[in-house]
Amino acid sequence: MFDNFFFSYQTLIFAVGINGLLALSMYTVLAVGQLSLGQAAFMGIGAYVSTLLTLDANWPFAAVLLAAMVVPALAALLIGGPTLKLTGVYLALATIALGEILRIFCNASDLTGGALGLSGIPNKTSFGLIFGILAVALVGFVLVARSRLGRAMEAMREDEVAAGVMGVNLPVMKMGALMVSAMLAGLAGALNAHANSFIGPNDYGFDQAVTILSFALLGGIGSPFGPVLGAIILTVLPELLTALHDFKLVVNGFIIVIAVLFMPRGLLIWRIGRVG
Amino acid sequence: MNEMVTPLLDVQDLTVRFRGLVAVDHVSFTVEAGTVHGLIGPNGAGKTTCFNLISGLIPPTSGQVTLAGVPLDGLPSWKRTRAGLSRTFQNIRMFQEMTVRENVMTGMQARLQASVPEILSRTGRFRPEEVAAKTRADELLEFVSLIASADRRAGDLPYGDQRRLEIARALASEPKLLLLDEPAAGMNPAETQDLVGLLNRLKQGGLTLLLVEHDMHFVMSLCDRITVLNFGRKIAEGAPKEIRENPAVIEAYLGTKTADRLKGDQP
Repeated sequence: MFDNFFFSYQTLIFAVGINGLLALSMYTVLAVGQLSLGQAAFMGIGAYVSTLLTLDANWPFAAVLLAAMVVPALAALLIGGPTLKLTGVYLALATIALGEILRIFCNASDLTGGALGLSGIPNKTSFGLIFGILAVALVGFVLVARSRLGRAMEAMREDEVAAGVMGVNLPVMKMGALMVSAMLAGLAGALNAHANSFIGPNDYGFDQAVTILSFALLGGIGSPFGPVLGAIILTVLPELLTALHDFKLVVNGFIIVIAVLFMPRGLLIWRIGRVG
Repeated sequence: MNEMVTPLLDVQDLTVRFRGLVAVDHVSFTVEAGTVHGLIGPNGAGKTTCFNLISGLIPPTSGQVTLAGVPLDGLPSWKRTRAGLSRTFQNIRMFQEMTVRENVMTGMQARLQASVPEILSRTGRFRPEEVAAKTRADELLEFVSLIASADRRAGDLPYGDQRRLEIARALASEPKLLLLDEPAAGMNPAETQDLVGLLNRLKQGGLTLLLVEHDMHFVMSLCDRITVLNFGRKIAEGAPKEIRENPAVIEAYLGTKTADRLKGDQP
């Protein structure tokens, strides 16, 4: 019975876990008050790097996953310098532009298979792997939240000037958050690629960036559990609404609008403590 | 008496220009260790701008700031805090969503050392440091009489309590010099009286204070030395008594006519 259920809904269940990781990636930057929307791009980098290493270089999967974290983190380091001086909507625009550059590059390059993308990726993921990683990530976030780093993060989100006056090393915190965010998104990209056998350049564009943002907005960023809850709901909801056919996206969007209007702090308003 | 003793804070020729406006114009003054130094002047004299320059929130056009012999020029605010500078804000900048205790513990950012691996594994410096930080935070809350509110959301505190919480948070970094930007603003006379007591206790504890304040009674009763700014320029400096009698200061505050009348030049 369970096996049957699992088999029928395996894609959906894996998507829940992977989107949970993406939601945590989004949470990492929002938690320090940075509206960076490069998560989809970092996911794409992780997806392409991991796929090429699996298909062309035959790397063991553990090494592939490691590379899918390291390469996006290096990309974050590279783009972080110039963009982290930006704030608010300017940072959002600059990071969206990064995603577009990647999309156009992947569409044009032979290495990435152009517009057709890459296919025939072997399935190397499992329920245990995806949800194990998600669980480890969540525990890590809780431990960080209840420490000097968690206090620094919340201080930055509330008032960056005051946080600086408290002695918070603002540049290191921003860069650190961006790199961790990139690692999580890259990891999610690699898991997604190895769960779905196919990746294409248009999977990591503006739409995906906004979807990832909506996980965090719907769930709320009072704790790391909020965005994961948002990811679960927004992944499962479209499946529950399949009977509505074309209207399901309308209902999906409507639910987000209602949530943002009436629950500006998200569904999970519980705020995590900051003392370890 | 050693005359070569370096002042705790040395401000030299500090100038900042915002387009055409010279908000702070070649201001120099020193603050001696263990004293309470007042920075006063009419509205728009450049007092808060001066504070923002000293604490590194805005870059000066020219001039130097030295703390205990260490030049602070070009350092961002967070490095100045690590060098021993701390401050409060004119319009309280509490971390409203955090609890009162968490706010004070956030003030210890410059002191806490636990590394990311130590935080993730709950080993090494993490435990002892976190326990000590919590204990210290509660001591500071005791000191400002807010211990009963330690677990409340900071944004829910009454205004006067938030002002005292901001002082506790600023003290948490163990500063050499504490800058207070209008600490008595919006307080009723009883609260102001409590604040004077609090600041006097800090002074007796050896802390050096530099404060901007409009309440003249407050300034005169607390400060050892006062620097007066007007239109961004320093117009007077001295002990409270000298400042009270200084014609240039009276003129800046009251206008020429009133100043003349007080001197008895007018019928």
